[in-house]
Amino acid sequence: MVREIERVAGIPVVQIATIVPIMLTVGANRIVPGIAIPHPLGKPDDPEGEHAVRRNLLRRALKAIVTPIAGQTVFTE
Amino acid sequence: MKKRVVLYMNQFFAGRGGEEAAHMMPISVPGIVGPGAAFAEAFGEEAEIVGAVVCGDNRYAEDMEDSRKRCLDLLRSMAPDCLVAGPAFNAGRYGVACGDLCKAVARDLGIVAVTGWYPENPGRELYGSDVYAVPTADSARGMKEAVPLMARLALRLLSGVKMGPAREESYLHRGMRKNFFHELDGASRAVEMGLKKFRGEPFRTELEMPVFRKIQPAPPVMDLGRATIALCSSGGIVPKGNPDRIRVSSAMSWGRYDISGIDDLTPENYESIHGGYDRTWALEDPDRVLPLDEMRKLEREGAFGKLYDFVSLTTGTATSVANAERFGREIGEIFKRDGVDAAILTST
Repeated sequence: MVREIERVAGIPVVQIATIVPIMLTVGANRIVPGIAIPHPLGKPDDPEGEHAVRRNLLRRALKAIVTPIAGQTVFTE
Repeated sequence: MKKRVVLYMNQFFAGRGGEEAAHMMPISVPGIVGPGAAFAEAFGEEAEIVGAVVCGDNRYAEDMEDSRKRCLDLLRSMAPDCLVAGPAFNAGRYGVACGDLCKAVARDLGIVAVTGWYPENPGRELYGSDVYAVPTADSARGMKEAVPLMARLALRLLSGVKMGPAREESYLHRGMRKNFFHELDGASRAVEMGLKKFRGEPFRTELEMPVFRKIQPAPPVMDLGRATIALCSSGGIVPKGNPDRIRVSSAMSWGRYDISGIDDLTPENYESIHGGYDRTWALEDPDRVLPLDEMRKLEREGAFGKLYDFVSLTTGTATSVANAERFGREIGEIFKRDGVDAAILTST
């Protein structure tokens, strides 16, 4: 799905999910590792910090969107 | 009664010329044309080659809809029981035309249709799950081997017998799996397979892993401040009540929902229907999977230009690769049309 959106629309598509090897296998080019499978952008055990965590992951995704890359890249910060 | 077989071929195999004739409109030719003699021999007493539909390679590829319609009309007038298209070997345009016509013929005329492709023919990628085809060599040098295989497959299908597995019936597998009871249970078979592998003996997997293509990364967005960014998810988040009845697993469809008036996903407006993870946390707060709340805040703060007004959503558990790719293509077309500059897709 990620790869075909990117290919057909010709735009960068960032995938945020938890299992990086799967994202690499399906051909995602810009990858942001998430928190956990059932809540990739949530931290239910930390209600105070949850929003900051989510925001941080989205900021990382935005950074990935503006970053030129030569091949599949995992954005860990 | 002898079955009536009509062939489909391009200008070249019909002896109408090479590239200079590749724009020829579809025509029907009665009797034996091109590889017709070889097919007549292979079909023997059981079927008769009544004629051929011929169309230029460029003509079919450049206006598929009209070419398909014209070919179907010609075929109807010939009242065949079976269409045999190609073989197309590794010819791209020809392979696509053969696949497209076979698919349309099976669907619209309800008759048997077979073709032949080199396994890497692009036509197979597009139509391989819909169409019966035999594997061929990559060039017309393999005609002698392809014709009897195609005739045999066509006769098998015409006889109405239940088709067996691709490797036994000698056709290119269509990515379908049929359930049946095996005399050994899964554990015994797995151990047996493991031992064979361990001993370096040949073994056959029961679950072929899909092969994914890789693509060149798209260029980055230059001006984030003016970029429209779309949110997508395969995490099973949908508007409360799942209005489009997207399946909880093995999704066949995706949904497009207007979020222009929404700043936050809550258990009141959205939910998770995903059948592949514990939904406790996503049900409490769907933003944990589809982060609309923080995207909206970042949009307001000017971190990027605009959040695209629609989210594109489906369920990614046990969803076939073919369907996921189709969703991606469909979403990609819409993004292209609407001038979306980038997308963030979340998955569970």
